[in-house]
Amino acid sequence: MHIVVCTKHTPDSEAKMSVDASGKVSWGGSPLIINPWDEYAVEEALRLREAHGGKVTVISMGPPEAVEALKHAIAMGCDEAIRIWEDACVDSDTLATSYVLAKAIEKMGDVDLVLFGKSAIDSQTWQVGVAVARRLGLPALMYVIKIAALDPVQRTITVERLLEEGRQVVSAPLPAVVGTTKGINEPRYTSFMGIRKAARMEYPVWSLAQIGAEANKVGVAGSGVRWPHIFMPPVREGEAEIIQGETVEATVSLLVDKLLAEKVI
Amino acid sequence: MGNDIFVWVEQFRGQPVSVSYEAIGLARRLADAWGGRVTACLFGEEGIAPLAQEAISYGADRVLLAEDDTLADFRLEPQVALLAQAVREADPAVVLIGATFRGRELGPALAVELDTGCVADCTALDLEGEQLVATRPIYAGKLMCKCLVPERRPQIFTTRVRAFPKPEPDTTRRGEVVRVQPVLGEGDIAVKVTDFLEAIGGVSLADAAVIVAGGRGVGGPEGFAPLRELAQVLGAALGASRAAVDAGWIPYEHQVGQTGKTVSPDLYIACGISGAIQHQAGMRTSKVIVAINKDPEAPIFKLAHYGIVGDLFKVVPALTAALRARLG
Ligand SMILES: Cc1cc2nc3c(=O)[nH]c(=O)nc-3n(C[C@H](O)[C@H](O)[C@H](O)COP(=O)(O)OP(=O)(O)OC[C@H]3O[C@@H](n4cnc5c(N)ncnc54)[C@H](O)[C@@H]3O)c2cc1C
Ligand SMILES: Nc1ncnc2c1ncn2[C@@H]1O[C@H](COP(=O)(O)O)[C@@H](O)[C@H]1O
Repeated sequence: MHIVVCTKHTPDSEAKMSVDASGKVSWGGSPLIINPWDEYAVEEALRLREAHGGKVTVISMGPPEAVEALKHAIAMGCDEAIRIWEDACVDSDTLATSYVLAKAIEKMGDVDLVLFGKSAIDSQTWQVGVAVARRLGLPALMYVIKIAALDPVQRTITVERLLEEGRQVVSAPLPAVVGTTKGINEPRYTSFMGIRKAARMEYPVWSLAQIGAEANKVGVAGSGVRWPHIFMPPVREGEAEIIQGETVEATVSLLVDKLLAEKVI
Repeated sequence: MGNDIFVWVEQFRGQPVSVSYEAIGLARRLADAWGGRVTACLFGEEGIAPLAQEAISYGADRVLLAEDDTLADFRLEPQVALLAQAVREADPAVVLIGATFRGRELGPALAVELDTGCVADCTALDLEGEQLVATRPIYAGKLMCKCLVPERRPQIFTTRVRAFPKPEPDTTRRGEVVRVQPVLGEGDIAVKVTDFLEAIGGVSLADAAVIVAGGRGVGGPEGFAPLRELAQVLGAALGASRAAVDAGWIPYEHQVGQTGKTVSPDLYIACGISGAIQHQAGMRTSKVIVAINKDPEAPIFKLAHYGIVGDLFKVVPALTAALRARLG
């Protein structure tokens, strides 16, 4: 089995985000980490390798900082890591990003399964996984909370995937794309050996030419969506109105009055 | 290319999903502003035809209706194939899709098919001159961003659940229903649905108007019992903080927050939840927030509109009783 995991680097989830007058986003002194959702994809890939053998390659389209995400995945236990980048990739939307990732996966050729996180915590688009699947012409199994069965000989996979109303159980032939979600596993910590390996590892960078990607399909030229304006959400001023009656009964009764007046019950 | 707007109408076993009608309402307002038509795309199993008139009553001018077994139980492949074909034929300016699990798959898949842009999870969509500009949260709602699809068409937007008002249906509205046929046959579809496991318990968090949520303060799995009773009286869904989920007191499906669900109910009652920034990320856009917490310094009181400082095991049952008495 050759399993590819796509990961992105993001600011830490505790980062204090801000935007300056020119619209430049900053995350203070917070470190860049692997997108937290992608840890579930990495963990699932490692478990599948442990069960079925093979190798796990982690890839990211991103600038030099993106190596932080790759390092974390290697430290967790992935075998190989590839970064894909050229300055032309700056400001790619999900249409362009999925093009680059799909080209890189096509170049590898022998891929059985491609895993994604649920969404990137920075741009929060929930799109790249399904878009890559469509570009590769592979079944898209998204929001998967359980891989119920995987048969590398029959080349089939069965998963439970989330819908609002419950879990849909679906089967598909391999190769396939699987989008993971929290609940599928508990990601392992990086090991000491893993961290050492990650520190010593070479992280090859593939260019657009190497993956056979056309420059006019990446970056701004290849994107459908623009995001000209990023801003801080309006902050809610002040504090809660504390409701305090003589007794608990009186207190809750005052609250019910307020909620009826607000027309929310 | 015209000014028409397509809306994908989502249903589950013949039950319409509310966000689709919110999207039709939005489409109607935009179409009225720039003089276009609203087409609802309703693709599902035999028996969904009555929803076509419903879509019209919410504001659609025309419904493309496909009833076929291959379209039962949402699968991306047949849905996107049919939607892409319909869009290619009619060449609308805009496609709106609800940002549900299904819609979040369909939007970007359609974008790839048509080589255009899809803006995810919009909470506002405004016409600025000739250009539609969407507003959407990023970085778990810590920042907002304006997005647009300046050149390519159609412009695809997925709309956040409950971000746009659901219109009052007008049953006297008339519209056209056009039958369409699926593009893919069963043999062309790789993905097979083999089973469906119903979600356990009551109202779904995503589109609940009222949510009662519990955190570490409920103390254990049995601590959710008084919250369940309150939820039942209010017809509310049950939410939880990550601390309660991680402790194993309630399944992950109930988690609200950065690593759980993002919700936007009319009323959110947080019981024994401190209000960590990651929890706030999932519920801060609720219309009215009530906090019940014994610690007057809990950060949730900075976000909440109303607060009661006290023991939830006293306050919540009293609130349930008061509501029973007042709401009948
Ligand atoms: C990457 C990351 C992602 C995260 N994602 C999420 C997420 O999606 N959702 C989420 O919720 N959290 C998330 N968290 C965790 C978050 O930081 C908090 O740890 C968590 O929300 C705390 O849950 P809590 O408020 O229930 O518990 P606590 O912070 O322990 O608060 C319990 C509260 O209950 C009150 N209390 C106790 N007993 C009573 C009583 N009898 N009556 C009334 N009040 C009482 C206490 O005063 C206290 O304020 C995330 C954290 C990280 C690092
Ligand atoms: N630049 C990227 N390189 C590799 N994988 C990515 C990249 N952007 C997003 N992904 C993957 O796609 C998933 C969904 O991201 P998004 O659509 O941006 O919310 C993430 O969890 C990652 O697995």
